[in-house]
Formats: sequence, structure tokens, C-alpha cells
Amino acid sequence: MKRIWAWGALIFGLLYFFLPLIGMTNFSLKMRRGEYSFDAYARVLADPKFQETFGFSVMMALFTILFGILLIVPTAYWVRLKMPGLRPYIEFVTLLPLVIPAIVIVFGYIRLYNTSSWLPLTGTTTGTNILLMFGYATLALPYMYRAVDTGLRTIDVTTLTEAAQSLGAGWITILSRIILPNVLVAVLSGAFLTFAIVIGEFTMAALLNRPAFGPYMQLLGANRAYEPAALAVIAFGITWACMGLIQLVTRFSKHTRAQR
Amino acid sequence: MVAGFETSSSGAILIDGKDVVSKRPNQRNIGMVFQAYALFPNLTVAQNVGFGLKVKGITGSVADNRVAEMLKLIGLPDLGSRYPFQLSGGQQQRVALARALAPKPQVLLLDEPLSALDAKIRVSLREEIRMIQQQLGITTVFVTHDQEEALSISDRIVVMNGGRADQIGTPFDIYNRPSTRFVASFVGTLNLIEAKVVDPASNRISIGDQGITLKEPLGASKVGDTISLALRPEAGSIAEGAKGDTALVGEVITSNFLGSVIRTRMKVGPAVISFDMFNSPGLTPPSVGETVTLRFTASDLLIVRD
Repeated sequence: MKRIWAWGALIFGLLYFFLPLIGMTNFSLKMRRGEYSFDAYARVLADPKFQETFGFSVMMALFTILFGILLIVPTAYWVRLKMPGLRPYIEFVTLLPLVIPAIVIVFGYIRLYNTSSWLPLTGTTTGTNILLMFGYATLALPYMYRAVDTGLRTIDVTTLTEAAQSLGAGWITILSRIILPNVLVAVLSGAFLTFAIVIGEFTMAALLNRPAFGPYMQLLGANRAYEPAALAVIAFGITWACMGLIQLVTRFSKHTRAQR
Repeated sequence: MVAGFETSSSGAILIDGKDVVSKRPNQRNIGMVFQAYALFPNLTVAQNVGFGLKVKGITGSVADNRVAEMLKLIGLPDLGSRYPFQLSGGQQQRVALARALAPKPQVLLLDEPLSALDAKIRVSLREEIRMIQQQLGITTVFVTHDQEEALSISDRIVVMNGGRADQIGTPFDIYNRPSTRFVASFVGTLNLIEAKVVDPASNRISIGDQGITLKEPLGASKVGDTISLALRPEAGSIAEGAKGDTALVGEVITSNFLGSVIRTRMKVGPAVISFDMFNSPGLTPPSVGETVTLRFTASDLLIVRD
């Protein structure tokens, strides 16, 4: 009897998740009247706006990941090594972006860094892009920090640091040659999550008026019928590819094949 | 503190006559081996051993030769391409030793390096470490809680108690002439016997109602003072014809067969004294309740100060 309930719950869960997806995919293939076709996909992929916005978001994602790694890996490492008592507070701070809406953050940015402020970042395209990257890094902070912190938990940070120090290594060598390679899988999983967040983000890019993929999806959704569905399927595909890559990297990481 | 991971509140740490207190850990040129091996999981054995060399800027064939030399020294010349997780605990610790030695440090620190290993490997590896240390002639500080390990591997032992060095001496001195009660009780198995001073002038004391004359002078002790005496379990014997100028008669309370030795505990007045006898097929272990005479040399009884 219990088994039937378990199966029932599983089937309900799967239907709940997959039915809308199937419906959306089905709809995206019906652009040509009376038959299935990839017309909507072809039109989306051929759209120069798609290429431009997607390319912009990919670039932003890469910079955000790089910035996130440079900011979070040393921070999480330092907190674990020197200030373990501060961990709960740091964790709290990293969770704040989940509670504070993106719109609040971006309005804060605009107010602080507008053209009449002491640091007029919004005055130039590069400045606005940097601001947008900071915003993305903030949104990805809970995921990135957690991923890195979990990775650091699997290694004996203190002893490895002391071992490297006794061999003459300085902080940069320790971080780049010992700590980062050992948490690389965790960093990559954080990076792929960051990528997925940046690709789909709308609020910040729209309010900072940058040509990102999120606002493009919204624009397309407001004006077309079949293309938004095709775009959503593509976006899903990108996210799932990221998840798959996390799995792949974990599996092929040489030194983590066995328990340390 | 010697490695620089803890800061000292006062004093100096001299290496080759130079104070290193103000230097950072990576500037001290000290090789260190940790209890938990601390091999870098992302590097192969050869890369681990060569890490210190690379940091020092030594690369190419010079580094390769040094790594090969170190791997040969620890008896693992063919395992250079393996990752730490592919090695046993003993092998990992040997690699850690090679890694610490590769950059030719001035001092080698071994922080309980054998504690995580099983008994057999511990004994064989400590002999190997000793051999390598003597071969290289490197000053080595070996931290251990295992007294046998300390006694067997050292030229000089420092017994630490509450952050202070209670005694510094050769293993022979530490074991046979402990200077404090802590050293006496910490190093090896020891009987600590309370005795009363009967006649300080003739070094006469009593354990229960049995009198003994000590070889060691009682110093400023007065009649009726209580003093602590130490006697190693292997110092006495109850065998017939056992040598010794001193004897204590007591009642056996336990007798345990431990393989190579039989450890017996006997009660002498208020004191309980343990003694060991080497096992032999012809030996009859004393039975509980039996009255026995323990013979030993008076000079084996040491006065222990707190």
C-alpha cells in the first residue's frame, strides 16, 4: 500500500514538472499550421538581437564568474582559516540577496552610482556593465559562497595551508596552487549556477538599460506567440547543460575519485 | 611556534644562532611533517615532493633529480605518478617526509607523524625515519605522546608539562633518572611509592612497617616527612636467588600474563607495587593472596620531587 502512495507521489511530481514543459515544447513546434516544425527556433536563432543579447549575457556571465571566484574563494578560505567564529555572520550576509529583491539592489546602485554621484559608474557603458556585473555577483552570492564553502569543508584547509607555508609558499601560491584546485569542482558548480542566473536575469539588466538576454526574452514574450516558447526551451536547455557539466566535471576530476 | 604557526608571547627561537621569531612560516626554512599527512590531494606524489623546490624557483632537471633522490630515499621510487589517495597511510607519511626534506630545510619538525598509523607500520616507519635522519644528519624535533617512540628515536628528549620543559636529557637519563614526579609517571610504567622518613642522617625510610635504607641522600627531609619514591617494574624480582640488597615483603593482589612478561601487583602496607617478570615456560606465576619477597637494589629507588 505504502509503495502505491510512493509511486503516486513520484508520478504526480513528474507530471507537475514535465507537463508544462511538454506543453511549452509542443507549442513551440507548432508555428507552421497543421504540422510540427522548428520554424520558431530557426527564427529566434537567426534574429541578430538574439545573438547580440545572448553574446552579451554570456560575456557578462564569464566576467561575473571570474569576479565571483576572485571575491568568494579568498573570502571563504580566509573565514575558514582565520575567523571560523564569523562563519554564521558571513553566511547570513551571503543569504541576503535571496531576501532583498533585485529591484531594491539595482535602485540602490542607481542612486549611489548615478552621474551626479561621487562615483558616476552609470555615466559610461563600461561603468554600467561593471555595475551590472557587481549586481549579478550579488545575486549569485548565496549559491557561489555555499558551493565554495562546501568544497572547503571537504579539505583540511588549516593543515594544507600550514604544509604549504612550511614549504615556503606565500598566500597567492597557496590559494592558486593548493586551495583553488582542490575546490575547483565546487567552484565550477557555483560558476554554472552563476551562468544560469545571469543568462535569465531581467530586472537589473532592464533597469540599467543593458542589452542582455533576460530583457530580450521579455520583449519577445510581449510581442510574439511561438518564439518565446522556443526561447524558453532554449534557455531550459542551457540551464540543463550547465547542470550536466557540473556532473561531468565532478566525475572526471582525477584526484577526487576516492575519499581523501 | 617553531614553525611560526603560533605566535610566542615572549622569548626567542634560535635556529643556527639566529632568532626566527619575527619571520613568517614560509621564511623559516623548516620542513614539517603533520599527523594527518597533509599531502596536497590535487598533486601527484612527485609533484608533492617537488612543491617546495618549485616554490623556491628550482625547476627542470635539478628539481627532477632531487625528487627522484627523495623518492628513492623513502623507498617509493616508482610511485611518483600516483595521487595521495592511491597510497596507504604509511606510504603517504613517507611521501610527506620526502616533501619536507626535498627543499633541504635547516630543521625538520615531525608533529606526531606516526599517530594515525597502525602499530606495526608505526614501529617500522619510526625506524626508517630515524635511519633517514641519521643519514642526512638533519636536526629534527619529533613531537609524540608515545613514550616508547620518544625513547627509541631520540638523542635528546624534552618532557613538556603544562607548557614548561620539566626535564631535558638523553632517553637513558629521562627513563632512569626522572627529575620530577610528572616525568617519572609520564615516561614508562612506574611505581610511585609514598614513604616516611625514619632517620634522615642514615637515609632510612619506611614503607608501611618495613624499613629501607636509600642510597640517595634525603637532603633536608625531617623525621616523619612523607617522600615519593619511584621504582621501575623491571627493577625487582621475586625469583629465588634474585640479586639485590633490599627487599620488600607483600601480598600478591593481581597477576596478569601479558605475553612476554607477567605483571604482578603486590601490596606493601598502604602502597601497591607492580613488578614484571620475563615469561619462560618453567616459570610459575605468583597466585593471588600469596606472600612474596621482592628483591631489588636500593639504588633503583629514586626520590621524586614534585
